[in-house]
Amino acid sequence: MLKKLAISATAALALSAGAALAAGAEGHVEDFDFSFEGPFGTYDQNQLQRGLKVYTEVCSACHGLRYVPLRTLSDEGGPNFTEEQVRAYASRYEVYDEEIDDFRAATPTDHFPQSSLETAPDLSLMAKARAGFHGPYGTGLNQLFKGIGGPEYIASLLTGYTGEEKEEAGTLYYENTAFPGGWIAMAPPLSDGLVEYADGHDNSAHHMAEDVAAFLMWAAEPKMMARKHAGLTGVIFLTILTVLLYLTNKRLWAPVKGKKTG
Amino acid sequence: MSGIPHDHYEPQSGGEKWLHRRLPIVGLLYDTIMIPTPKNLNWMWIWGIVLTFCLALQIITGIVLVMHYTPHVDLAFASVEHIMRNVNGGHMLRYLHSNGASLFFIAVYLHIFRGLYYGSYKAPREVTWIIGMLIYLMMMGTAFMGYVLPWGQMSFWGATVITGLFGAIPFIGEPIQTWLLGGPAVDNATLNRFFSLHYLLPFVIAALVAVHIWAFHTTGNNNPTGVEVRRGSKEEAERDTVPFWPYFVIKDLFALAVILAVFFAIVGFMPNYLGHPDNYIEANPLVTPAHIVPEWYFLPFYAILRAFTGDVWVVIAANWITGGIIDAKFFGVLAMFGAIAVMALAPWLDTSRVRSGRYRPMFKWWFALLVVDFVVLMWLGAMPAEEPYATFSLIASAYWFAYFLIILPLLGVIEKPQEQPATIEEDFNAHYGKAGTPAE
Repeated sequence: MLKKLAISATAALALSAGAALAAGAEGHVEDFDFSFEGPFGTYDQNQLQRGLKVYTEVCSACHGLRYVPLRTLSDEGGPNFTEEQVRAYASRYEVYDEEIDDFRAATPTDHFPQSSLETAPDLSLMAKARAGFHGPYGTGLNQLFKGIGGPEYIASLLTGYTGEEKEEAGTLYYENTAFPGGWIAMAPPLSDGLVEYADGHDNSAHHMAEDVAAFLMWAAEPKMMARKHAGLTGVIFLTILTVLLYLTNKRLWAPVKGKKTG
Repeated sequence: MSGIPHDHYEPQSGGEKWLHRRLPIVGLLYDTIMIPTPKNLNWMWIWGIVLTFCLALQIITGIVLVMHYTPHVDLAFASVEHIMRNVNGGHMLRYLHSNGASLFFIAVYLHIFRGLYYGSYKAPREVTWIIGMLIYLMMMGTAFMGYVLPWGQMSFWGATVITGLFGAIPFIGEPIQTWLLGGPAVDNATLNRFFSLHYLLPFVIAALVAVHIWAFHTTGNNNPTGVEVRRGSKEEAERDTVPFWPYFVIKDLFALAVILAVFFAIVGFMPNYLGHPDNYIEANPLVTPAHIVPEWYFLPFYAILRAFTGDVWVVIAANWITGGIIDAKFFGVLAMFGAIAVMALAPWLDTSRVRSGRYRPMFKWWFALLVVDFVVLMWLGAMPAEEPYATFSLIASAYWFAYFLIILPLLGVIEKPQEQPATIEEDFNAHYGKAGTPAE
């Protein structure tokens, strides 16, 4: 019986390897240490605010966040702005309004705009659409402690430029150690001190990359903290239920198995 | 309902008698829940309850998800993000539903392999087995169509590849594929019909589950010894069995709670573990993903599909004999469906008189190899179609067919089974160190 259970456990583990293994053949992804890793990890509100600033001043020139409603910037567990701050922030964007058939300043009920550069992918879900980690042994199980490596991929990409360039069919490509294939069309977007942080945090390119990656993780998975909380509550209650049912079951079966009841 | 003699429901009060004369529904429920169950069932007999739970979980979370989902190529992906961001508890509902599918398949595979080891498919339970296989096929169809609904890259390209299989059927393949898709390619019509069927099939599955339960309540449960419950008298039967309620209900609920604790940890802490990152990119018919990989639960059969390439001798032979009608692609499709068909035929392919693998010394090893084979096929299904995986796939696929078509029929003839216990009671008492018969 135990053998069977062991077999089933191995099988269950082996099954999951598939999806993770399939990705393969990617660039080098550095393991950044994010505050939201692991079952108890949470977003760092200050880091998300810094990341938003980097996104706003740098990334948003080309990339959109079309699935992210602006009002969620005031959500608890997110950047946690006040409603006034969100209203002020939203008004910097112009959105097309079908009713007035014209552009108007965005309000918190609108979403972030789409990518303004056609070839720049939308970043709403980028942190979940890339997997940097597949270990150990391709099982992907370290996701439990590190996440799938999406934000690490983003941060690695932003810091992975080697400085080499090449031109192909009129397009300039930049060598990047994290990008699959090694050559990316996006010019290095970050340089040391590019964005001024209000909280006086170190604004080296490395830190900015880390901050914006954290912000994009929040943009992709804004309910992560609620989810982990629900998961933890579920596990705790089910563990209690398991103990109670174990004792009930033991007592119930004792006479059938010819044992004395406790 | 059960062939095992046991107490039946007796209406007591006037109201009960009134209802019982008009609709014996309480009696039906009583007999179902009080069915005499072999008391030696081990922990591999819990998966039925887990599966029932999964079906309920999927239907309930699914019904709520449908309230917020939009089946349209331009809106589907955004509506899923709407569920994830704006719907109260929507992110949990969706993660429960997507991971629930994986739990469903883990449970069904363990359930099926339990049946294969303990000979649960053998007479008189062939109908239960066949219905189970139908349920499994419907589950695969439902899961496949459900995966298309979020309209991510893997949804779209998975649908394109799998529906393309039907196009491999000679002569009528292409019209069938067009008919399935509702057009020349995967598009809005495809998404809409998959949505419709994804909602319908679970209820068909629920009906089949009722028939599945009805069938094995008629024959009685199999058990780890494979020895039947004595049916000479109620007293005799009672020494081999305990009523399902409360004994197995509590035992199964305990097991379910353990499994759900792990399940909740996955949903809460690593909900995208079993998914594919590419599915968070909206479907784009112009961009093909680097690797198109099906969900993990399809991988073993996907490996079999890909194993039979044009340079394999059986494929060349089939091609030559049929004058080119069966090409490599169609052969692969036949092999994939054949892999499930041979499993469904196990009751007639297994010639051994002994039901349980526990008393079959040679069978045990071949069965263990089959389990390993299944896991290896799953691994190979996720690997790129190149050497050495292609050769491994071919060997592993060959064993899958050999197990059912050669080993099972032969073993019944050449194997010397060990002695089985005379009764379930004897086995149970031996296990718990009880001498003789219980006092009360």
